[in-house]
Amino acid sequence: SSPTSPEAKEGRTIEKILVANRGEIACRIMRTARRLGIRTVAVFSDADRGALHVDYADEAIRIGPPPARSSYLNASAIIEAAHRTGAQAIHPGYGFLSESADFAQLCEAEELNFIGPPASAIREMGDKSASKRIMGAAGVPLVPGYHGDRQDIDFLKAEAEKIGYPILIKPTHGGGGKGMRIVQSPDEFVDSILSAQREAAASFGISTILIEKYITQPRHVEVQVFGDKHGNVIHLYERDCSVQRRHQKIIEEAPAPNVVNEFRSHLGEAAVAAAKAVGYYNAGTVEFIMDTLSSQFYFMEMNTRLQVEHPVTEMIVGQDLVEWQILVANGETLPLTQSEVPLKGHAFEARVYAENVSRGFLPATGSLHYYHPVSISPTVRVETGVKEGDTVSMHYDPMIAKLVVWGENRQAALVKLKDCLLNFQVAGLPTNIGFLHKIANHWAFEKGLVGTHFIEQFKEDLFIDSGVDIAAGTSSASKLGAALVAACICEMDHNSYKENFPGGDKLLSLWYDNPPFRMHHSAKRLIELEWENELEGKCLELLKLAITCVSKGGYLVEFEGGDSPVMEIKVVHLGECKCIVEADGLSTHVTLARYFKDNCQHIHIWHGQHHHHYREPVTLDRSNDDASDHKPSFQLASHPKGSVLAPMAGLVVKVLLENGAKVEEGQPILVLEAMKMEHVVKSPRAGYVEGLHIASGQQVFDTSVLFTVKD
Amino acid sequence: RRSWRGLPLCSLRPGQKSAALSSAVLPDGVDRSTEAFARNAANAEGLLSQLRSHIQKVLGGGGAEAVRRNRSRNKLLPRERIDRVIDPGSSFLELSQLAGYDLYEEPLPSGGIITGIGPVQGRLCIFVANDPTVKGGTYYPITVKKHLRAQEIAAQCKLPCIYLVDSGGANLPRQADVFPDRDNFGRIFYNQAKMSAEGIPQIALVLGSCTAGGAYIPAMADESVIVKGNGTIFLAGPPLVKAATGEEVSAEDLGGASMHCRISGVSDHFAHDELHGLAIGRNILKNLHMAGKGLNTSPYVSSEYKEPLYDANELRSIAPTDQKQPFDVRSIIARIADGSEFDEFKKYYGTTLVTGFAKIYGQSVGIIGNNGILFIESALKGSHFIELCAQRNIPLIFLQNITGFMVGSKSEAGGIAKAGAKMVMAVSCSKVPKITIIVGGSFGAGNYGMCGRAYSPDFLFLWPTAKISVMGGAQAAGVLAQIEKNNKKKQGIKWSEEEEENFKASVVEAYEREGSAYYSTSRLWDDGIIDPADTRRVLGLCLSASIKPSPEDTKFGVFRM
Repeated sequence: SSPTSPEAKEGRTIEKILVANRGEIACRIMRTARRLGIRTVAVFSDADRGALHVDYADEAIRIGPPPARSSYLNASAIIEAAHRTGAQAIHPGYGFLSESADFAQLCEAEELNFIGPPASAIREMGDKSASKRIMGAAGVPLVPGYHGDRQDIDFLKAEAEKIGYPILIKPTHGGGGKGMRIVQSPDEFVDSILSAQREAAASFGISTILIEKYITQPRHVEVQVFGDKHGNVIHLYERDCSVQRRHQKIIEEAPAPNVVNEFRSHLGEAAVAAAKAVGYYNAGTVEFIMDTLSSQFYFMEMNTRLQVEHPVTEMIVGQDLVEWQILVANGETLPLTQSEVPLKGHAFEARVYAENVSRGFLPATGSLHYYHPVSISPTVRVETGVKEGDTVSMHYDPMIAKLVVWGENRQAALVKLKDCLLNFQVAGLPTNIGFLHKIANHWAFEKGLVGTHFIEQFKEDLFIDSGVDIAAGTSSASKLGAALVAACICEMDHNSYKENFPGGDKLLSLWYDNPPFRMHHSAKRLIELEWENELEGKCLELLKLAITCVSKGGYLVEFEGGDSPVMEIKVVHLGECKCIVEADGLSTHVTLARYFKDNCQHIHIWHGQHHHHYREPVTLDRSNDDASDHKPSFQLASHPKGSVLAPMAGLVVKVLLENGAKVEEGQPILVLEAMKMEHVVKSPRAGYVEGLHIASGQQVFDTSVLFTVKD
Repeated sequence: RRSWRGLPLCSLRPGQKSAALSSAVLPDGVDRSTEAFARNAANAEGLLSQLRSHIQKVLGGGGAEAVRRNRSRNKLLPRERIDRVIDPGSSFLELSQLAGYDLYEEPLPSGGIITGIGPVQGRLCIFVANDPTVKGGTYYPITVKKHLRAQEIAAQCKLPCIYLVDSGGANLPRQADVFPDRDNFGRIFYNQAKMSAEGIPQIALVLGSCTAGGAYIPAMADESVIVKGNGTIFLAGPPLVKAATGEEVSAEDLGGASMHCRISGVSDHFAHDELHGLAIGRNILKNLHMAGKGLNTSPYVSSEYKEPLYDANELRSIAPTDQKQPFDVRSIIARIADGSEFDEFKKYYGTTLVTGFAKIYGQSVGIIGNNGILFIESALKGSHFIELCAQRNIPLIFLQNITGFMVGSKSEAGGIAKAGAKMVMAVSCSKVPKITIIVGGSFGAGNYGMCGRAYSPDFLFLWPTAKISVMGGAQAAGVLAQIEKNNKKKQGIKWSEEEEENFKASVVEAYEREGSAYYSTSRLWDDGIIDPADTRRVLGLCLSASIKPSPEDTKFGVFRM
C-alpha cells in the first residue's frame, strides 16, 4: 500500500469493507454497508464459490480450500485480500477470526481498520480466569468459585467443598460447552476433573480448568453493550438466550421475560462496568447466569464481537448495530446516550439449523432442494446465508437462517413467531423448524418460564409428534396430509403430461384428459407414502392410498386398511408449489416440495398447522447389479460346490494366489488372456482357495474347473 | 368449452355465429316432452345399470380367492399392472371387457385376458395382459381370439405391443379349438414376427409363468423383462421335465429370471420385483426412439375445438330400445361433433342416409349415419361420400342403425344389388381410418354396407341398444314359418295356429338372444359395449390411435355401373 501520513490515516473514513466471514452474517453486514454507500468485499473458500454472500458483495476473492483452517481462519490470506481490493476496514462477523486478538492486532499493524474492540480487550476477555479477576476487581458479581492457577486435584477438591456441591468444572480457554463437567458429589470429582482436563487439552491446547458453583435452575441473560473510542459505554438492554441445546442457543428474545425494571438496570450497569474495566469499544455482549431460585445474577463471560442474536436487540431499540460498529470504527461518538436508548415491544429470534433433532441435534448436511422462508416485513426479518439449491456442507456451521420477529409485546411477538415457523419452508435436509415450533407452542415457553434446562425439562412434550387428531377426530393430520399430497401429485403429473406429451401429436393429448378415461369404471391410482417424522426420526406409518379421479381436479382418496373414511379432495388451484386444495369442503393453501434423494421421491407438504414429510420409493432406480441373490445351482451340479470354471478358453498369464489362501468375495485369483484381452477370474465368495493346479503359461479350456473356494 | 393447451377459445353460444366459422350448427333434435322420450330414458337407464353390473363382475377377475392368492405372490391384477405402465393419470381404452361372457359353462371374465390402448411415454401402445386369476391365465378359444384382435389393431394402427405375460399356455382340455387352426395360438407368434419385421416394437414383460407355447411370447419379443421369483419361461415345467427326462429341477432354476438373464439370454432385463419390472417396461418405451415413425404430425388437426352444445348424457335415451321407433341420427351427431357443427353432404338426396363433415376434438371426420332403410339413392350417396373421404384422407365414422337395403320388385329392377355392391366396394377399399358404432339395429347387408365387422373397421363398438342379425327376428320367424308350413303341407301335416305362433315365438326368441349386444360382444364381433355418453370420448381416442403417420392411397376395384 502507498505510504500515507499518520494524519491522513487517522482521518480515513471507511468506504470499502472486507467481510471476513460467510453465510448470513456476511450478508447482513453487507446489507448495512450497502445502505451506507460503503462498498463490500467478500472472501470465500472453494466450498462457497457460488454462495449467497459472494453474490451479495461488490467484489469477491477466493482465500483457500474448504476447511475453515485454510480459508476463513487464514489471517494472512484475508489481509492480502483486503490490500488487493483496497478495503480500508475488515469486519470479522462472529465466529472465525472475530475473537482473535492476534488478528485484530495484525489488522492494526497492516493499517486496516478492524471493526471490533481493541485487541487488548479481546485478549483479556478471552482468558476466562483473567476476565473473572478483572470483573471481580470492577465489582461485577461473580459465581462463587476458584479461578486461580493452582491445578492440583486435592487443592481443587478442597475449593469445591468450600463452594458447595453441585459444582461446575470449566476449561479456562475455549467455549461451546467443550470440557465442561457438572459434579454432583465429591466422589465424582477426581474422575471429572481428569476428563475435563483431557478434553480441554485436546480441544484448546491448554488444560487449565476452573471450578464454580453449579446453578441448578439457571437462565442465560446477556447484555448488549456498545462503546466508542472516546470512552463512552452504554448498554442496549438484555436478551434472554436460555433455550439451548448442546449448549447452543436456539431461541433468543429481548427483553428478557419475567424481569422487573430494577433488575434490568442493575444488569445493565454491571455490564457497562464490565466493559469499562477492559477499555472496551465497539459492540460486545456481557453474559450473565441468572439463578431463578435466588434471582441473583453472576458474570459469566464477555463476547467481544457482534453476536448471532444481535437482531433481537436491534428490533427493540430500533437501531442498526452494524451501522454503529462502522461509526465507532470511524472514530465517531455513539449516536445515543444511555437515557436516549428506546425500548419498544418484544422480539424473538429462532435459529433454523440443518440438524437431526431426533439424533441428539447432530448437524445434518445436504442440499436445500426447496427453500422458501417467510416473507419479510418491518416486523419479520429473515437473516439467511443460503438460497434454494445450496448445499449445507460439513465444513461450516449448519445454521440455515435466523428468523427474527417483533411485536408490541411478548404475546404479540410470540403469535408472529409461531406463524412464521409454520410457514418457514425447507425441504431436502432435516431441520429443527418443527422442534422450534414445538417450543414456541409450549405452555411454559408461552409463560416465559425459560431456563437453560428447558429442553431437558420438557423433553416429554417436545419430542413427540402425535399425529394430532383434527376436527372430529376422524382422521389424523398425517393422513390428511398424505391425501392432499396424493391429490396434488395426481394433478401435477396429469398436467405435466398433458402439457409436455413427448409425441407432438395433437390428438394424443386426449389421452391425458382429466379424469382419465376407463371403460365403465374409474381410474384408480395407488400411491404408497411413508410418513417420515423429523422429531422422532423414524418412519411412523406406511400409508397406502387409492386415488380415484372423479372430475377435473376432483379426487376420492381411500386408505387401504383401517377404517378411515373416504376423503373428497379437490385441487382448486395448482401452482408449481403452491396449491389451493379443498378437503371435505374446507379450502386451504398448501405448499408442496418434491425432490429425489436416496432412491426415493421425497414430498413435503405444508398445510394448515402442519408440515409433513413423506417418501415414495422410486421403482426404477434400484441397483441393477445384484442379480446375484439367486444364482442357479445346476451349472455347478457336475462340479463340486464352490468350483470356479474358466469363463472362456485362454492362456493363464498370471496366478495371483496359492492353494490355501484366504480370499474375499470378488478377490482376483488369476488372469486369463484370450482374444487379446485380459480377463480377471475372481473368487465367487469368501473362503479358502483349493484345487488350484494351474500355472501361468498354461492353456485352459472353456468351463474347465480352475479351482474351488471352500469355507 | 375447454381450452386446449392453455389457448383461449372463441366462445360461441348456441345460435351465435361468427363469419369465420360458418359450419352449420345442428339443432338439439330431441323432444323431451314426449312419452317415448321418457320411456327410452327409463329403458336406457335399465340397460346401462345391467351393463355396469356385468362389467363390475368381470373387473373382479377370477374371484376373491384367486385374487387373494395372486396378491400373496406379490403380483398385481392385470388392470393394475397396465395402470402402472401407462403414463400416470392417462386414459386407457379397454377393449372387449365382456369377451367370453356366458360363452362357456364356466365363467371366463373378460376372456381371461385384458387388452386395450394406452399411452406410455407419450406413445400409444397396445396392451395384452393375461389374467392369471382366470383359469391360471390359460388360453381358451376366445382368449386366443381376443389376443389376436389386439395384435390386429396393433398391426393396423402400427402401435407398439406390450405383452404382460402370466399364462399357463393353451387350455389343455380345449386344445383342439386352440392349437392348430390358422387363427389359433400359433398365429400369435406369427403376428409378432410379422409386426417386428414391420418395425412395430414387440415388448414382453414376464410377470408370471410363461409355459410351453407361452414361452415364445418373450422369446419372440424384441425386448423382454423377467421378474425374479415370479417370472418363469420354459417349454416344459418341472413336472413335465421330471416325466420326460427324470431331471429334478426347481422352476426358478429351470426358467427363472437369473437363469434367463445370465445364461440363456432369453430375457434381456432382470427385475427385482413386479413394480421394478413394470418400471423397466416404461423405460424400454422411453428408449424406443423410432424417429419419424409413429408420430402423427397431421397439420389439419385444429388445436382449438369446442365441446358439443348438447348434453352427451342424453345419448343414452336417444336410441330407442324399440327398433321400430325412428329417430334422427343428427341428434347423435349433434352430441359428438365439435360445437355440434355438421356440414351435410347431399342433404336432400337419398335422405335415409345422412352424410357430412364434422370435427371431433379438432380432427376432421366424415360421418355416415342411417336415418332409415337404404334405398338405391342412399347407397349411391354413401358410395360417393366414402370416395370423397378416401380421396381427401378423412377418417370415416359409421353410425349404424339399419334394418337393411330396400327389398321388392321396384328395388330389384332398379338395381339395388348394384347400388349396395358399390357401397360395399367403397367401404372395403377405402384406406382411411374407419370407426363403426352400432347404435341400434344392424341387419343383413346393411351391416356390410355400413362397415360391419367383416369390413375391418379399425374399431367397432356397440351401444347397449345394438341388435345384430341377418334379419329381424319377426321377419326371420315369418320366413321360417312360411317354409315350415309348406313342408308340413307337403307331408300333409296340419299346423295349428297356436303351433305356428309357438314356432315363430321360438325363432324370435333365438334371434333376440343371438342378436343382443351381449351375444355379439361375448364372441368378439365387436370391440366392446360402450356407454352412449362416452361415444365422443371413445371416438376421439380411437381416432388418435388409428390415424397413421403416412396416409395410404386408396385404390378401388371395379364398380358395377
